[in-house]
Amino acid sequence: MTDLDTAPGHEVPRILTTRWDLADGFTLDRYHDTGGYQALRAALTSMTPAQVAEQVKAASLLGRGGAGFPAGVKWGFCPPGVFPRYLVVNGDESEPGTYKDRILMERDPHQLIEGVLLACYAIGVGQAFLYVRGEMALAQERLAEALNDAYEAGYIGHKILGTDFSVDIVLHWGAGAYIVGEETALIESLEGNRGMPRLKPPYFPAAKGLYMQPTVVNNVETLANLPWIVSNGGAAFADLGVESSKGTRLFAVSGHVRNPGVFEVEFGTTTFRDLVHGDRYGDGIVDGNTLKAFIPGGASAPWFFEEHLDLPLEAGAVGAAGSMLGSGAIVVMDETTDAVKAAWRVVRFFARESCGKCTPCREGTSWLEKILRRMLDGHGRPADIDKLLDICDNISPAITWPPKQTTICPLGPSAVSPIASAVLRFKDEFVAYCGGGGEITVPVNGKAYLSTPSTVGAPS
Amino acid sequence: MTDTSAPPTVDVTVDGRTIEAAKGELVIDAAERNGVYIPRFCYHPRMKPVGMCRMCLVEIDTGRGPALQPSCMIECTDGMIVATDTPVAQKAQEGVLEFLLINHPLDCPVCDKGGECPLQDQTLAYGPGESRFVEEKRHFEKPIPVSDLVLLDRERCILCDRCTRFAKEVAGDPLIHFMDRGSQTEVNTFPDDPFASYFSGNTVQICPVGALTAAPYRFKARPWDLDQVESTCTSCSVGCRIVVQSSRNRVVRYEGVDNDAVNWGWLCDKGRFDFEAVNSDDRLGEPLVRDEGLSLKASTWSDALRRAVKSIRQGLDRSGPEGFAVIGGARLTNEDQYAWVKFTKGLLGSDNIDAQLGDGLPADAVLGLPRATIDDACRPGGAVLVLGPDTKEELGILYLRLRHAVLNDGVRLVELASVATGLTDELARVSLRYRPGYALPVVRALLAGDAGDAVGGVTPEAIRAAAAALGDGPLTVIVGRANLAESGRSIAAAAAAIHHTRADVRFLSALRRANVHGALELGLSPGLLPGRVTLDGGREWYAERWPDLPAAKGLDTAGILRAAADGKIDTLVLLGADPLADYPDRYLAEAGLTGARTVIALDQFLTESVKQADVVLPVAGFAEVDGTTTNLEGRVSALARKVTAPGTAQSDWMVAAELAYRLGHDLGLESPGQITAEIAATAPAFAGLSVEALTAPAGSDGIVVMLPTRRNGDSEADEAGDAGASAVGTAVAGDGPTDAGGAETAVSTVGEAAIADATTGTPPEVQATHLLPPATGVPLPVWTVIDPPSVDAYSLRLVVTRKLYDRGTLVANSPSLSEVAEPATLHLSPHDFDRLGVAAGDDVRVTSNRGNVSVPTVPDPGVPRGIAHLHANKAGGRANVLIDGNAPITDVRVERP
Amino acid sequence: MARFTSENTAVAEEIIARYPVAKSALIPLLHLAQEQDGHVTDEAMIHIAELIGVTPAEVLGTASFYEMFKREPVGDYVVNVCTNISCMLLGGEELLGHLERRLGIKAGSTTADGKFTLEDVECIAACTEAPCLQVNYRYFHRITHEQADELIEDLRAGRRAHEIPRHGTLSRVRQQLPETRAGVVPPDRNVEPAWLARNETATEAGS
Ligand SMILES: Cc1cc2nc3c(=O)[nH]c(=O)nc-3n(C[C@H](O)[C@H](O)[C@H](O)COP(=O)(O)O)c2cc1C
Ligand code: SF4
Ligand code: FES
Repeated sequence: MTDLDTAPGHEVPRILTTRWDLADGFTLDRYHDTGGYQALRAALTSMTPAQVAEQVKAASLLGRGGAGFPAGVKWGFCPPGVFPRYLVVNGDESEPGTYKDRILMERDPHQLIEGVLLACYAIGVGQAFLYVRGEMALAQERLAEALNDAYEAGYIGHKILGTDFSVDIVLHWGAGAYIVGEETALIESLEGNRGMPRLKPPYFPAAKGLYMQPTVVNNVETLANLPWIVSNGGAAFADLGVESSKGTRLFAVSGHVRNPGVFEVEFGTTTFRDLVHGDRYGDGIVDGNTLKAFIPGGASAPWFFEEHLDLPLEAGAVGAAGSMLGSGAIVVMDETTDAVKAAWRVVRFFARESCGKCTPCREGTSWLEKILRRMLDGHGRPADIDKLLDICDNISPAITWPPKQTTICPLGPSAVSPIASAVLRFKDEFVAYCGGGGEITVPVNGKAYLSTPSTVGAPS
Repeated sequence: MTDTSAPPTVDVTVDGRTIEAAKGELVIDAAERNGVYIPRFCYHPRMKPVGMCRMCLVEIDTGRGPALQPSCMIECTDGMIVATDTPVAQKAQEGVLEFLLINHPLDCPVCDKGGECPLQDQTLAYGPGESRFVEEKRHFEKPIPVSDLVLLDRERCILCDRCTRFAKEVAGDPLIHFMDRGSQTEVNTFPDDPFASYFSGNTVQICPVGALTAAPYRFKARPWDLDQVESTCTSCSVGCRIVVQSSRNRVVRYEGVDNDAVNWGWLCDKGRFDFEAVNSDDRLGEPLVRDEGLSLKASTWSDALRRAVKSIRQGLDRSGPEGFAVIGGARLTNEDQYAWVKFTKGLLGSDNIDAQLGDGLPADAVLGLPRATIDDACRPGGAVLVLGPDTKEELGILYLRLRHAVLNDGVRLVELASVATGLTDELARVSLRYRPGYALPVVRALLAGDAGDAVGGVTPEAIRAAAAALGDGPLTVIVGRANLAESGRSIAAAAAAIHHTRADVRFLSALRRANVHGALELGLSPGLLPGRVTLDGGREWYAERWPDLPAAKGLDTAGILRAAADGKIDTLVLLGADPLADYPDRYLAEAGLTGARTVIALDQFLTESVKQADVVLPVAGFAEVDGTTTNLEGRVSALARKVTAPGTAQSDWMVAAELAYRLGHDLGLESPGQITAEIAATAPAFAGLSVEALTAPAGSDGIVVMLPTRRNGDSEADEAGDAGASAVGTAVAGDGPTDAGGAETAVSTVGEAAIADATTGTPPEVQATHLLPPATGVPLPVWTVIDPPSVDAYSLRLVVTRKLYDRGTLVANSPSLSEVAEPATLHLSPHDFDRLGVAAGDDVRVTSNRGNVSVPTVPDPGVPRGIAHLHANKAGGRANVLIDGNAPITDVRVERP
Repeated sequence: MARFTSENTAVAEEIIARYPVAKSALIPLLHLAQEQDGHVTDEAMIHIAELIGVTPAEVLGTASFYEMFKREPVGDYVVNVCTNISCMLLGGEELLGHLERRLGIKAGSTTADGKFTLEDVECIAACTEAPCLQVNYRYFHRITHEQADELIEDLRAGRRAHEIPRHGTLSRVRQQLPETRAGVVPPDRNVEPAWLARNETATEAGS
């Protein structure tokens, strides 16, 4: 296997990636040598669960799975006095462009396990489930090995480290369905069902989750931060980053850059320009080409363009500009990219991955895919362009951001972003595919859906 | 015990109008109650909402501004603002409809649903004009059978999850399921594992498009040339409300009607599809008379009636009223039954009449015990003891109601059953596997809460667990005859024991033949007169109204058959009865039919028994007559005529009237309506009943016939008095004491009238007379139960139960159903095979002191050691040749032939 | 072929015992079945239904939702080429086309000799390593057409057997839940965990 290219010469703080370069970073021995399980020991011996939760709150650690909700706050939603509570670790990473949880699981499984244990201790969970994407055989092997060793060493199981803290962590794999990444679908899947999301309300996991019990669902990267936070304190974590986003974050920069890779970056202090052009990161566009567009936060995110490059990597600013950091996936497209083709490929993904529960998503996404495919095959019609947007409007009314939805979960509306982004900015390419002509009458409101460059994106 | 406090309400604004909604009520329901219909496909009021079709999206504002929400999932909260008609909501709804249509074949012209299709209707109401969809539609193989009765067209399916939810949630048979994903999602079964559910037909009724179709109905008619009336299903005694639909004077379909008291809109497949029997070419259309050559020949009514009257006269001359006997009548309407009782008891003075064929319970047990309604049995938090048949096999919709109560309303259910039933695995907290013959001792132990040691094969632990599960709160006992090879008296005795010991206990009869309860209420049983009065109790009252009365209590079916066998019966009338098939003791039935001097049969079909008759009179059946019927709760509801009977077939009551006339008397009966009125005026328990009340809009729930009132001295009746009160209450509310609903309905006024009359005890029409009607209510006798002989080492004890699909007249004459009825098999404990030296599937000979049958064996873990389990009236093996009607139980030998 | 072997039945029962509710074991058991037979047979689904107390239709309902479960036999090696956006930008489609020609089959089908099944798949989380593919879910990053050809040759010649087990086997390491496990937590046991209960007291200790 080709080795992963982590950026040379990090000065930026490393919280998550410290063992990535170690050939045996995934073993218990090496984890011990590098301070492993000290946070757990400290927590169990000198901190109450409430104190651990406090540290996480103080760190204001945002969820790394896409929704970006503060973990500490989310834990607090479990109704008091209702037990048992379960923890489900979301390792189903499948958002196009996203590549970080897999490395965390393959290269530093114990860091994740320790994070899971800390969360279980703080929340009061007696059984946790580690849901790994089915296609990730190596991650499954590394985690199985790590779990077996950790049980052996007494970090997991009955009376951990001789305290009254007992928890099991059950390793569970998926079987190929992107939608299962959505937390309620993840729970359905873990119950042995088709991965179809539940309606919120009434099925908020924190109240009615796994087996209708209070359940916390957290992303792999989110939990991997916990050992550092507990060892160094929530305050130290909060010192990194900026107001709306604390700590560091993993970004996968892929597509038309000279040095694609997964980078740990301090929130807010770095910009998209750094990630795309900085020599320690993306190192510029391939073949000296120019940037056409980039996806800032995974396939579901509205596209950004040249004028957004100077936005800081920080939830607030990116949200204000009409998109999201989502799952930390930055996909760079250069001038040679066919906008219609790119939009089609992302839409095809959502069409293939729709769970089929909601009519607008099940029928709408595949209809959009068929129309775009027909355009690419040379049978586009001028009316198609407006039709595309109107169908989008029926899936996500008013085509705005954050998206409204006629569906249960955001998957359906996710297919709207690439289309609105591409159709508005690169209308001429669509027109060309439709034999000229093609009027747009459907109103589009998303702030990042720009027909011409503007200063919307400039940092404020 | 009944909570009458109304649920808290909240104020919700719907399209600008403030309405009151029950807290927790769904927006879609609250809006509809207030005249705002929100379109929907997946939502069904009798199933949990899934919110997946997205058709019911409306804008809901709970303070954070309006947002599109599925109104089928959102519960009303105070101050909530709902807008169903904003541009946003409307565009969303139109969008959903367009999405649903893009892959829909639009083959409405050849679709069974065309004309009654929600998708079609809502497209007209909310849909886009022309199609913008120019791509290729999704394709699936056209209709595939998902069962012998139901076909599925996946191209028409809109994936609303109704059929699949019904299968899992309501029927408990998740054999159809969503398969694949996204736009490829389809509903299907597992390969070679069909949707074999007794309730599959309901999925066809609730499918919002034409995806699911019923084999017996497909292409039979188009909705617009359908013509329909509301009626009551008489396939069993649950009495589900239905609509009977016909086209060109042929019945083509039954559909369930949603009423709260009984069936909630559901039907079992037997009830839904046995309409085929009504249309059967084998229906009798002309009278038949046995000629000198001793074969049945087509004849005329006048000739046939002459023959009948001749034999009746001769019989009366020869041996008086005791020589006249009637078996059957449980399938007749209340009016037909009354006519025959009046004819037999009130005119000829014979008390030899029995609507039960020895396969039920003693009449005084059914009438003497305080009665429960289905709602009583299903009341949340209550307890149910099943001392009767497998409701899943015999009373399908009662089973669905119980299943819902146990799974959703915390009802605790315990069953006494000699073999596992359809309730055992999923619903019964404890299933007491007692040995046939020991019902009474086991029940005694259960009542004591403990048993020193095992009784009737039941361990003390099981007894304790069962007693604990039942608790000592309100109890409903479902009492009936599970095992035809175990005498009904022992069950009756066990029920009586419970009645005497438990404080708050009611009984729901599980006798299964359609109107058997009406028959008992109206005196088609020795020693009884119409209106639940005993022969002696009502003698004075009826002497004033009827020409004659029996001198003394007469014979039941067993007695009649024995007397006939001894040549003591001159005229035996079979009222839609087939003793050879249904009487548990086949040899006695044969001897009786041959021994009777003349047999007159009124029937719709030439059954095995009817073939033995000397005079055969063709009668009209279900959907061909007006009248009323009484279900197992004692609930009277209306039957309606929709088509004309074949040939010259007559109503049973007319035949009685005609015979009376030719004997020189006038029964004074003119029409079903007039008879209903006479029943109300004459039969004390029916005071206040009227056709108007039953056919009023609110009559759908029927009226529960009054139960014995306080004025009846003995303690049972006192008990029963309370029951009566509540049962009348039932009639008042039209839906169980808890229902505040139809308080001021037509039914209620009658119900109240009934109560009033009951307490003053004077039926309206007879105010004038000096005579008070007799107290209703039948005292419980004391049944002596002899302990069964203990079975010897080589024998097995026989258990004979019924299946939904047997060779009964209705199924046998409904091709779609007779096809799914399996042949007879002998079910044995897997542990008994070696001992008996037989292998699974072997043909074995089952021998009793009466006879023998040869059937293949099936290992069945639900059958305990030492039990031989057969099903009644099955092709390829008649269980009733084995049963000794006199004995409390029957033991058999099982050998290789 | 088909139902679980006796050892696998034992494994299945151990897996079921890990979950508070038996049906949660459904997907793991389907993986086990696929590991045993290379694909999920009807008989295996019937056996699974018996083991966890649901109907075969419910098992198939779940199985058919997930792409990894194959109901028909597939090649010994299932080659998944990612063509999603990041890989598409760097030649994923060309790589797929190259392999189609090389193997003489269209994506979604299996070679006549039953060795290879080729699939056009969605993002496999190796976006920065595009173009990439998986063989029986083992990754190959930044693959050139030449490297792809070598890989196929190696697989044909069985030279990669040690690193790539036949289709159906994912993790070659099974999680073992030892005696010291904490035990399943049934959803209906509403008791506060001990360590939460002692919250306050410990606070004093802690401070
Ligand atoms: C369509 C869809 C797909 C998702 N996929 C993932 C995923 O692969 N991994 C993940 O961690 N979260 C995913 N999420 C987000 C989860 O629903 C959930 O917010 C997250 O796991 C919570 O963990 P966090 O708070 O630690 O981020 C997805 C959400 C949606 C709507
Ligand atoms: S939006 Fe799509 S993926 Fe999400 S629940 Fe609805 S159908 Fe399923
Ligand atoms: S009726 Fe509400 S979503 Fe279908």
